[in-house]
This record gives sequence, C-alpha cells and structure tokens, in this order.
Amino acid sequence: MELLRFTTAGSVDDGKSTLIGRLLYDSKSIFEDQYAAIEESSKRKGDATVNLALLTDGLRAEREQGITIDVAYRYFATPKRKFIIADTPGHIQYTRNMVTGASTANLAIILIDARLGIQEQTHRHTIIATLLGIPHIVFCVNKMDLVDYAEDVFENIKADIEAFASKLNVIDIRFVPISALKGDNVVHPSENMPWYQGSTLLYLLETIHIGSDHNHIDCRFPVQGVIRPQSTEYHDFRGYAGRIASGIFKPGDEVVVLPSGFTSTIRAIHTFNGEIEEAFAPMSVTITLTDDIDVSRGDMIVRENNQPEVSQDIDLMVCWLHEKPLQPNGKYAIRHTTNDARCLIKEVRYKLDINTLHRHEEDKVIGMNDIARVKIRSTKPLLYDRYARNRETGSLILIDEGTNETVGAAMIL
Amino acid sequence: MQKTYSLTHLQELEAEAIYVLREVAAQFERVGLLFSGGKDSIVVSHLARKAFFPAKLPFPLVHIDTGHNFPETIAFRDSYCRKIGAELIVGSVQESIDQGKVVEEKGYNASRNVLQTVTLLDTIEREKFDAVIGGARRDEEKARAKERFFSHRDEFGQWDPKNQRPELWNIFNGRKQFGEHFRVFPISNWTEMDVWQYILAENIELPSLYFSHQREVFARDGVLMAASDYIPRRDSEKVEKKVVRFRTIGDITCTGAVESAADSVEKIIAEVAASRTTERGTRADDKRSEAAMEDRKKDGYF
Repeated sequence: MELLRFTTAGSVDDGKSTLIGRLLYDSKSIFEDQYAAIEESSKRKGDATVNLALLTDGLRAEREQGITIDVAYRYFATPKRKFIIADTPGHIQYTRNMVTGASTANLAIILIDARLGIQEQTHRHTIIATLLGIPHIVFCVNKMDLVDYAEDVFENIKADIEAFASKLNVIDIRFVPISALKGDNVVHPSENMPWYQGSTLLYLLETIHIGSDHNHIDCRFPVQGVIRPQSTEYHDFRGYAGRIASGIFKPGDEVVVLPSGFTSTIRAIHTFNGEIEEAFAPMSVTITLTDDIDVSRGDMIVRENNQPEVSQDIDLMVCWLHEKPLQPNGKYAIRHTTNDARCLIKEVRYKLDINTLHRHEEDKVIGMNDIARVKIRSTKPLLYDRYARNRETGSLILIDEGTNETVGAAMIL
Repeated sequence: MQKTYSLTHLQELEAEAIYVLREVAAQFERVGLLFSGGKDSIVVSHLARKAFFPAKLPFPLVHIDTGHNFPETIAFRDSYCRKIGAELIVGSVQESIDQGKVVEEKGYNASRNVLQTVTLLDTIEREKFDAVIGGARRDEEKARAKERFFSHRDEFGQWDPKNQRPELWNIFNGRKQFGEHFRVFPISNWTEMDVWQYILAENIELPSLYFSHQREVFARDGVLMAASDYIPRRDSEKVEKKVVRFRTIGDITCTGAVESAADSVEKIIAEVAASRTTERGTRADDKRSEAAMEDRKKDGYF
C-alpha cells in the first residue's frame, strides 16, 4: 500500500474543515468517541447539525475563535492507500503555514466556492503549490449544492483556472465539483450532478499516479553520520548512514564524495535486515565504500557523471516565516540537506506578489509571509540542485543565529 | 515489465523514522529514549536499533516510573533492556513524592499521571539530556496533531503551541540555548494501525498485557479498570473476572482494558480495523476536559 501526502488550502468559509471531516467520516476513519465529542460540542454551541469541521480544529485557541492557525496533520486510510493530510489555513496571513504544509506534499487540494468562482486566494494557493513543486493539484469546486448543481458554473470556473494555470508550471491538474456539506462527489458519486462523468475526490486520491514523484535519476546521498560499531564482530566497519535524496544506488557503483572529490566504489548497502541490491529515494540505508577515505556528516555521495552544483553564491526564492523582517545584509545560519553553514544576504532582488505573480522591485521590506527573490553568499560551497529538479537537495532553511528560530524557507533557483 | 521504484507505506514511515533518529544522534549531545514498556516506545527503540546497526543503540532507555505499574510491564522492560543491551535509566515518581516536590492526588480517580511531568523534567535535568525521544503519534489526540518532529521546550520544559518552529521538507532545526531541550517524535506520522502492522511485519515482542487474558476488573465511567490496590473502589464497583486486553499501557490507575479474545498480533489488527473507538478512549487521563492533553503538554508532559 502506498502513502500519499496531500495538503489542503482554503479559507475559513471555503468549507475546508468540512471537506476533511467529510473525507474522514465517509471513509469511516472517525471513531465513535471522536464523533461523540464533536456532537457534544456542536450541541453546546447550538449548531443544528453535527459540525464535522470541529474534528480538525485541534488547539483550544482555534476552537474558541473557530479558526485554524497552524498546520495540523490528519491520517486516514482506505483499502487502497494511506493518506497524510497537512491541513493548513488559507488566509494570506498564514502563507507560512501553507508553505510548510506544501513542502512535504505530493498533492494539493485547492477549494473554490462555486458561488464566488476564482478569488485572489485561489491564485495565491495555486502559486504557492506550484512554487513548492507539488506535482498534482486538484481543484475542488465546493458548495455546488448552493448553485443548484449547475454544470455551467463548474465549467466556467474550470476554464478560468485553466487559463490562469497555463501561466504557471503546473504538472498535473484535476477538477471535481463537490458539496463537502452534503457529501456529493467526495467519497460517493453525486446523484445531483449526472453531467459529471469524472472521478470522486477520494477515487482520485486513491488512484493518482505518484510512483514517479521521486527523482530516480540524479544520485544524491547526503551523509547523516558515520557508523563505527567498534566491536570485535564489526572491527573495521565504517558505514555512512543517510537517506537517499534521489536516484538509485547499487553495490559496485563508482561514486564521488563531495566536497573532497575522492572517488571510490560502493562496497555494500547495509540495513538491519541484511545487505540489499539497490537503494532508492526515500530509503534510509548505510553505505560502505571499498576505499578508506575521509567522509563525514554534510558530505554527499554522488555519481561521477552526474554531479550537483557547487557554489557559494546562490539565488533563492525565500518564504519569510518570522515576525522580525529579513535583514538586508544580515547573516543567518543555513541548514541544507545534512549540512550546516552561515550566509550573508547579498541582495533582495524583488518581492513576489503571490496573488498576481507581480514582481515588486521597489518594495524590499520582507516581512512574515512574504515571498522574495534573494541572493546569498554562504561561508562554504553548498552541494545543491535546483529546487524545480530536486526538492531534497534544492531546499534549505534560514535560522536566526541569535534566537535559533527557523525564519526562512528557501527554494534554490 | 519495467521495475517500479516505490515503497510501501510502512517502508516509507520506517525510512522517515530512521532518518529522524539519525538526525537526533547528529544534532544533540546527550539523548535519552523515553521507554514506558508500551508498544509505541518499543517500536521506537526497535527503529533506533535499525538506525544505528551494526553499532549499538547510542542512547539509554529512560523509564519514568509512577510506581503504579502492571508487574508485567516491569518484567518486560528489564528483560528487553538485557536482550538489546541497552542502558536503563529510571526516574521515580515515588522519589519526587518523598522529596516533597509533588503532592499525591486524592480521591477515587487519583492518578500519578500528572505527577510524572515533574519527575520527567527532573530526570532530564539530572541526566543533562538535551533531547529526549518519545513515541507519541499525531493521530492519538487532537493537541498532538500539530506537534513537530523536533519539538522545542524552553528552560522550564514547557511547550508553547503558538511558538513552534515551522518544519519544512525534511530539514530539522535542533539549535537551542543552554538549558533548553527538545522532544523528538520519530513516529509522529504513524497511526495505531501502522504500529500494529509494523509489529507484525517485524515480529516485535510485546508485553503480555496487550494480548487477551483473564483478569479481575471493574467498570468505572464505562471503562474497565484492573482491580488493584493502587485504585480505591467505591462499594458499588463490583470486581469481576473477564477476558480482556489493554490497547495502551500506562500507569495502572489510568489505563483501561477492553473485553477481547484477541491473543495474537493478527487478531489484534483485525480488532483495531473493526474498532469504533480510539485507543485513547480507554485513557482516563484524557477525559478530564476537552483540552486535557493540551494543558498537560504545555507544562512539559510527554
């Protein structure tokens, strides 16, 4: 059974929480005691029906204010797949949460209110999903019950989005007309929309092809640590532990260790359950080499004829995560793959308007939730790929050296 | 046919957990692995063995002992540590009570569950841990749904849900000030079902309490509790012999049993699949208020 990680973006009024509640409820992933608890809360608040949205509003502040302020992770399974939902608030002031949820997702669900059509936030959600390299986007036109399940409403919205998406680098987009409240086309096919011949949302989630989402071409193995048992049985064992970021590794492969540039050959790929014949992303393994060379955390094992970029001057698209704005000419700590470095902000090129894609070259104050193109210089060369090609080696975070907080999330251009 | 390069969900979750465990070893100086003898902490310790193989487990197991244990849990804990060659560190709630650091609750629903927080924080301080690994999962409870893999705690051990570091991609930021520490949850993304399927797939040994057995129990607020000297009973609470098993294993005073004939991992999986209540539905500690878990976590609970 495969695992699909998806994110949902939408505002309070889009019915996002109701949709997730519906998915969980109709796929029988809600337990009786959870249902009893929200039934009780709904009654106390005077709601006429059980409010499925309450299932996903975790923290007390959120329950009180009726808003979702953080990324919440939800889990459900059907006989076909396991799902991890990163449930994120869609309002502009929570862009950072959307970015966080999107960073690990294979698929994004973007909700549109059928009565309102494309909104500014629809653009924003689509742009963020694209920027974060999510391979599949599903647009759910929700509240179809409030527009009499009219086909032309759905078709017009679909045409509008297709026109807009053609300007973006979207890999795979789908459209489903739904009513999260009534359950149409979420888990069960709708009887109210006989004109819609496509899949229900759940069927799409269960069947969309995700096998090719990992990069199996560029071999990248960032070393997490060195394993030296120092026991009699494994006296000379020196293994490099890590998770394969991309590509496929096999014993006998000739490899280069960066940044040193030493070449060697993979002797074996070890796991607790024995040696294996090949390893691919995202497996966690331990690699031994035939030569005794100096390899440590932060190094990267790659193939000679396919090497990452190596540079200290790097262009980034940064999403700012912290209240304290980005300091032009400021210094930050960097964490990239298993490597640490420091960097200097050399230049803020422009701020990106994430509702319109407009580049503001004059406004260079980068505050929380802003997305900006930035040039940095790092204290040592980073081993990276462009984010669009490799999400693992193309992403990094910026850390405030005074507070140690994570302040920026960056995609390498 | 072209070969497909994809992992099953269990393989992917395992790879993620091993990656997290290796990050902990790399980013922190002194790490402890919280071990309750329950299935989640057993699975985490199993994953840790796999992560560092063929080297030995690089951190000690840490048991916060309320003193109100099922004897089966302690027997299992000791034999398990011997078997895997792990060092065991015990933090005792009884000691915290004797030292006057905490006061025992009174009444019928008295439990040492809340007191554990003080003992845990004392143990972290005494052992100078800068990270402790736990087996908490996000699917367990709604306050946990927003927990990070690397969860920052201030110098008082407190969790501030409004000030958690964003976690993007697979990059974990374990930088901290002196005196602060991290809680790390490698199986955050696992569900109860995933844990059971993994136990079956890896043939992991568990305490006998998880499997169906005969036990003297009594009903309280719809939950079956083990008859024990640690739990005072009302006159109306009649002890009966029933065939039961436990879905979670915690302190005896707040861990409820379910009637079950499931005596193997396969049968438990079938039971979990058909089950209509969450496993924490048998935990008296969560039922105190709608935000019971959130409040305890803010104070430094597991």
